[in-house]
Amino acid sequence: MASETQKPIPREVLSPERRRFLGRISLVLSAICAVIVGIPVVGFIFGPLIAPEQDVWRAVGAVGNFKAGETVSVSFLDPSPMEWAGVSALTAAWLRRLDSGGFVAFSVNCAHLGCPVRWLPKADLFMCPCHGGVYYADGSVAAGPPPRGLFKYPVRVRNGQVEILASAVPIE
Amino acid sequence: MRNILKRAVDAFEDRTGLISFFGYLMRHPVPGDTGWWYVFGSAVLVAFMIQVVTGIALATRYVASSGSAYQVLQFITYHAVLGNFLRGMHFFGASAMILLVGVHMIQVFLMGCYKYPREFNWISGVMLLFVTIAMGFSGQLLRWDQTAVWATVLAAEMLGRTPFIGKYLARFLLGGKTLGGATLSRFFAFHVFFLPAAIFMFVGLHLYLVIHDGISAMPVPGQKVNPETYRAEYEKLLEEHGVPFWPDAAWRDVVVAFGVVVTIAALAYFVGPPHLGEPPNPSVLANDPSPDWYMLWYYAVLALLPRGMESVFMVAAPMAAIVFLLLVPVLWNKGERHPSRRPWAVAAVIMIVLSLTAFWIEGSRAPWSPKFDAQPLSAAQVGTTSPPIVAGALLFHDNGCEFCHTVDGHGGMRGPDLTDVAHRLSVDDLRIRIANGGGNMPSFAGILTHDDLDNLVAFLESRETLPAAPAQAASAHP
Repeated sequence: MASETQKPIPREVLSPERRRFLGRISLVLSAICAVIVGIPVVGFIFGPLIAPEQDVWRAVGAVGNFKAGETVSVSFLDPSPMEWAGVSALTAAWLRRLDSGGFVAFSVNCAHLGCPVRWLPKADLFMCPCHGGVYYADGSVAAGPPPRGLFKYPVRVRNGQVEILASAVPIE
Repeated sequence: MRNILKRAVDAFEDRTGLISFFGYLMRHPVPGDTGWWYVFGSAVLVAFMIQVVTGIALATRYVASSGSAYQVLQFITYHAVLGNFLRGMHFFGASAMILLVGVHMIQVFLMGCYKYPREFNWISGVMLLFVTIAMGFSGQLLRWDQTAVWATVLAAEMLGRTPFIGKYLARFLLGGKTLGGATLSRFFAFHVFFLPAAIFMFVGLHLYLVIHDGISAMPVPGQKVNPETYRAEYEKLLEEHGVPFWPDAAWRDVVVAFGVVVTIAALAYFVGPPHLGEPPNPSVLANDPSPDWYMLWYYAVLALLPRGMESVFMVAAPMAAIVFLLLVPVLWNKGERHPSRRPWAVAAVIMIVLSLTAFWIEGSRAPWSPKFDAQPLSAAQVGTTSPPIVAGALLFHDNGCEFCHTVDGHGGMRGPDLTDVAHRLSVDDLRIRIANGGGNMPSFAGILTHDDLDNLVAFLESRETLPAAPAQAASAHP
């Protein structure tokens, strides 16, 4: 009795061509969804690779503060400090005032793996604590594993201040 | 009451099927002869679960800001309730995970468990190995102290050696051209989202394959894996000698898990978490960064590589290791499983373990690092008041010779011990060697005056004729 009053459930029978088409359109729509979500996500994460970051001149002290023939460490803000970076926005260089009066600024990063090199004033050498790289006072390699000399930053004097061109961590 | 509970359980099962699903998982048959050999995988899983739980707890207090993270870690370590203990558990949990992954891998390799049909289980395991190491490294960086800062620079420099795309990889890691505000939040995202997601994915695949292909039986000498017949043989073995996983085999996993948890908790309580170094200020240069213990061997490898080999090694060797490990089950997926019939496999494992241990010991000694804290030799150690020798002793310290060379047990280990150098080199040879340098020694020709050189040589020559310094004085500068 019940079966007489029940209506048959309609069933849409799809042709093979239509099934194939619907399958493909589903995949295409899914792919478009993935692209819509994925492009901003990937762009945001990889943004630092393409974001323009200008090198910036940073004053590190008055010319008179530096004695000829001495190499001292100077600290300054990196070229793109963020407000929430705290002390990690600081960076440093080894600044040498030449006997001729000019200045040369060396990166503190060892050319081997980037560890902070130290200046030994009495030995006139830079030494790296990590793997024992050694550099002469002019930044050239004296011993150890570094493949090249210390990276040099451009230096200039403006209005009596020594300025270093703060730039990227030297990576080759 | 009991009826209500039963009806509720039945209704839950009717709607979800989870009870029968997990019942199947727990009771699925496993070979009955595995004993204590197959407990390491579950031990790794337990260590990972500890990491997830303690990591979530730590994340409720951690602030992934380059400017604040150091202070937050100070607070977690010294002020937060159980913060020090939790940090300790997270650190030793990571250490246990890395150690146990290694042990699990060695056991699987030696017993040939990676052979047909479990090749993909090995491959997912290799992926888990590298993701686990990446987790450990990114975790060390989250401490965000001086060591973390310089380890970040070191990682960026290493990535920078990759041909063509090195600079981009380094910049991606740092979140910009320099280390700073964008760096830490990046590591945090990797450590708590990307890498754990990868671990969950590969662990899920790993466990699914364990169920799908079953746990391999203990290897038997002469019983070779033949892909044509293996599954039928395995089914027969399970029918005849199989036991339900729970509790017949699982109890051993639980016992080991208990041991892992207790050991990690005990180490966290009695040893505590790694010490926090100085604040993350890249302009502070008096720093001696070194990796956590599990990467010390690599630290040593990088120091001991022949000059000019680093770029090749840093990029090519990890790639080659990954490719080789992934190819292991492809190249050797059948044949003997028992280690007694696979001497090359045993030899390879012994060689790798011995090599890693040797490099690890060297990494912990770091003899190539200058000993910057070497003190000038005392009057008792100099052993004479002769002016040239006293002046030479001071030059030996001030010019950094003592940072790399030992005299009478004092000084660094990078260069040879010079206590008896007068036996090996004449005065002229000494002068030439100091002036010209060579090998890992800089030239001092432009640094020392003629008199300095005389005094330094006089000091070195005097070491063989003078008695050793008194023990008390010698111990003043270890």
